[in-house]
Amino acid sequence: MRPFTYERATSAGDAAARVARTPGAKFIAGGTNLLDLMKIEVETPAHLIDVNGLGLDRIEPTAEGGLRIGALVRNTDLAADKRVRRDYALLSRALVAGASGQLRNKATTAGNLLQRTRCPYFYDTNQPCNKRQPGSGCAAIGGYSRPLGVIGVSEACIATHPSDMAIAMRALDALVETVRADGSIRTIPIVDLHTLPGTTPHIETTLGKGEFITAVTLPRPIDGTHIYHKVRDRASYAFALVSVGAIVRKDGGGRIAIGGIAPKPWRVEAAEAEMPRGAKAVASRLLAGATPTRENAFKLTLVERTLDAVLAQARA
Amino acid sequence: MKFDTPATTNPIDRLRVVGKATDRIEGPLKTTGTAHYAYERHDVVANPAYGFVVGAAIAKGRITALDLAAAKAAPGVLAIVTADTAGKLGKGDFNTARLLGGPEIEHYHQAIAVVVAETFEQARAAAALVRVEYAREKGAFDLAALRDSAPLAPGGGFNGSPETRVGDFEGAFAAAPVTLDATYSTPVQSHAMMEPHASMAVWDGDRLTIYTSNQMIAWGKGDVAKTLGLKPEQVRLVSPYIGGGFGGKLFVRSDALMAALGARAAGRPVKVALTRPLMFNNTTHRPATIQRIRLGATKDGKLTAIAHESWSGNLPGGDPETAVGQTRLLYAGANRMTAMRLAVLDLPEGNAMRAPGEAPGMMALEIAIDEMAEKLGMDPVEFRIRNDTQVDPEKPERPFSQRQFIRCLREGAERFGWARRAAKPGSVRDGRWMVGMGMAAGFRNHIPFKSAARVRLERDGRIVVETDMTDIGTGSYTIIAQTAAETMGVPLDRVEVRLGDSAFPVSCGSGGQFGAVNSTSGVYAACLKLRDAVAQKLGINSSDALFADGHVKAGNRSVDLTEAAREGPLTGEDGIEYGDLGKKYQQSTFAGHFVEAAVDAATGEIRVRRMLAVCAAGRILNPKSARSQVIGAMTMGVGAALMEELAVDTRFGFFVNHDLAGYEVPVHADIPHQEVIFLDEVDPMTSPMKAKGVGELGICGVGAAVANAVYNATGVRVRDYPVTLDKHLDRLPTLA
Repeated sequence: MRPFTYERATSAGDAAARVARTPGAKFIAGGTNLLDLMKIEVETPAHLIDVNGLGLDRIEPTAEGGLRIGALVRNTDLAADKRVRRDYALLSRALVAGASGQLRNKATTAGNLLQRTRCPYFYDTNQPCNKRQPGSGCAAIGGYSRPLGVIGVSEACIATHPSDMAIAMRALDALVETVRADGSIRTIPIVDLHTLPGTTPHIETTLGKGEFITAVTLPRPIDGTHIYHKVRDRASYAFALVSVGAIVRKDGGGRIAIGGIAPKPWRVEAAEAEMPRGAKAVASRLLAGATPTRENAFKLTLVERTLDAVLAQARA
Repeated sequence: MKFDTPATTNPIDRLRVVGKATDRIEGPLKTTGTAHYAYERHDVVANPAYGFVVGAAIAKGRITALDLAAAKAAPGVLAIVTADTAGKLGKGDFNTARLLGGPEIEHYHQAIAVVVAETFEQARAAAALVRVEYAREKGAFDLAALRDSAPLAPGGGFNGSPETRVGDFEGAFAAAPVTLDATYSTPVQSHAMMEPHASMAVWDGDRLTIYTSNQMIAWGKGDVAKTLGLKPEQVRLVSPYIGGGFGGKLFVRSDALMAALGARAAGRPVKVALTRPLMFNNTTHRPATIQRIRLGATKDGKLTAIAHESWSGNLPGGDPETAVGQTRLLYAGANRMTAMRLAVLDLPEGNAMRAPGEAPGMMALEIAIDEMAEKLGMDPVEFRIRNDTQVDPEKPERPFSQRQFIRCLREGAERFGWARRAAKPGSVRDGRWMVGMGMAAGFRNHIPFKSAARVRLERDGRIVVETDMTDIGTGSYTIIAQTAAETMGVPLDRVEVRLGDSAFPVSCGSGGQFGAVNSTSGVYAACLKLRDAVAQKLGINSSDALFADGHVKAGNRSVDLTEAAREGPLTGEDGIEYGDLGKKYQQSTFAGHFVEAAVDAATGEIRVRRMLAVCAAGRILNPKSARSQVIGAMTMGVGAALMEELAVDTRFGFFVNHDLAGYEVPVHADIPHQEVIFLDEVDPMTSPMKAKGVGELGICGVGAAVANAVYNATGVRVRDYPVTLDKHLDRLPTLA
């Protein structure tokens, strides 16, 4: 870990401005990902701005009938919130499917969205990785790629976004509220928050320099059966091979977002129109253009079969 | 004490303390954080500096430039040691690769430097400033690619015979009406023990003390001395508590050497713990295997031909994974052959992991037996019973000392509800789950190993036992205390056990499930010596003396044991050594492993539902810790069956998923229900304790039992471990 300086932010706007003007500065909240990465020098911030004291830890109803979740609401608290469990069960279920109890106690809402990939080559600083060191190459392509992405990936990077929570938020069409370095605020639809790697896999979001997430807003609840089905090699505390977040209406339509396969929560609205026709039809639209490796091609089958189970569960 | 005739009735047979389910005597220390592990010996070492190990970034080649300037100038740095500055180093007898690499690099993450600083954080930060340039060389990293060219493995020692033949395998196989010829593979696995390799080194002039985490103190002491060019008497190893080993701490590893070198260079005590991401490639692992098994049988299920060949790889000079050993002994059959071939691989050093050879060998063999039973239309339990042998199949004049294999299977089948298993695979559903049952033989040999101890009767009546035996979480402290209490006739709480110090008599150490029986036998021998000394002191004829209830009784006379030490402590020191009973009798432990597994019909996810092991392993010294050993091993067996695999990057030559996020082991949710039954057994051929071991019996066969249960659930046979969903997903029933 490189030496760094540290300060506590006094307001969200102040935090954004400070990160923007301080070379090598980063926000720190729960630290469940950043500190690990700093220890192995994948992340080497020169300055940390602690945002834990900003009080952004409330879940409040919005005038539109939704919920506004403070950026610092811990994953545990969000999953346990009565309104979330009642009206956004998909989100609650996705949250408790992720990480461990201890990690969820620390991890924050915004931090969860901004966590880095779990590609093992990203974690080994001896290996080339375009995400970690732009231009160095991608060791995962042609290497150990079983856990990695099959769609939305590029010739520069096949890493996935590891979040469970983000899959639910994508299905729920959450809105990400930010404050920028100049003090202005904006709202980013979650679909636009994460970017695909293309030739610049080190760029992972559309956030500007210093731009700070203050809250995530959920629109009005969506009727239907909320299901989060996470498929993994062991029963708990494992990243998804594939996960399906779904809201299925009585008429068989609804929304579907997929985790474990792409650099961002994977949702194709056109595929949702196929839901009444079953998993195969949905999967073929969802996965059109997929470029799996030999090791992770099974994920295409797995998405379809998991979707099938989810749709069957919704019908039951 | 030379043990060369079968044990007769002896003080252990009283079973007042031995054989009783007993809480760990050191448990309160562990649960209150007062059992000091190697990295935390602040009770004996003041102000240690911190060493951080730098691992090589390539698998094979040379260091061409090493720039330490920035690291040396970093805050808090006290010293940096590399191969250039370490002085002349030897290599330990138990190491294949050198523990400090450079300029030649033998494997990925081989240690090339230790950076010593005032704090851990300073050492780590400075270590990242070490600049290294390498010249890479082409290496061999792909076992499958080398299969056809791999020569026979070296034999001897733990390797056994690289090639064995009895009868005419080829002829019998060709003539057999029912045959199986199948190839299986097992991946590289990691011990992944909770406590990382850690050491704290202290020099006093030219004498070195290392507080460390090591299973085999005497081996370690010898190898530290040899590596550093010291005399053995200049080296002391201390390892009273160990947070798991599983074979990964049988040998001195880089933490100990780097702590010693760092402490010498810094002129003060230094402690080193390997970081988790370094452990997987820096230390040892269980090598991958490819195994071909051919079986021939008569139509009524008698095996007539058995062949088991195994391929593994290791660094030059390394040993094979001895995966065929158990096949030589488990089933009858007149015509048999085994072979072990060993490829040279430039991956990190392969070495022992829990039931080395046996565990992966049984993973393959016991699937093959399941497949053969199906071909014969026989129940897998009955097929195994039909091919039981009470003698060494290669040497029929050599019987097993005890072999209750059939009882393990019958009792296991009865208790598990095996009769409810559907013989037709893929035919049982429970909602979205396909459900199946599988079983396998558990089979692990007993290894006689000499072991010594010193036992002292103190003035206050306490019995103090000292031996360099280790407790790696297994319960050694407790069974040794039970043994001393039983033999000396005192309550358990009057016994104090001191372990893991090379200043104590040399024990068998912990490994190969040989620790319990051999170390307690050594303690028993020392206790007999102490009894002699007590009797002599009290003027009692030793052979008349009865040690019980804290007294020594002879005829009408009864003296408080403490009386004997009124003028000063009395000491007995002895050890157990073995004659040739192990040659005359095959001494082994047996189990029946039964598993129910469920497979998600849609996703192919596999979840174990319940497990049972029925074990016959000689006298069970402490049923409580023995059960813990077996359920832990069963859990590890589930990991081997379903998830554990170090992924090899065959281009760059390293294990990619080198942390506990990538290398998954079972969590509680994966292990819903386990039951362990120990059959009544005493084995007087093994030792005065009449015990054997259980710590590895518990894993041998479990992987296959799980795989067989998965097959019974799905009807899809997977022969490539771990059995993960991607390997059967495309062969599962199509969805409605």
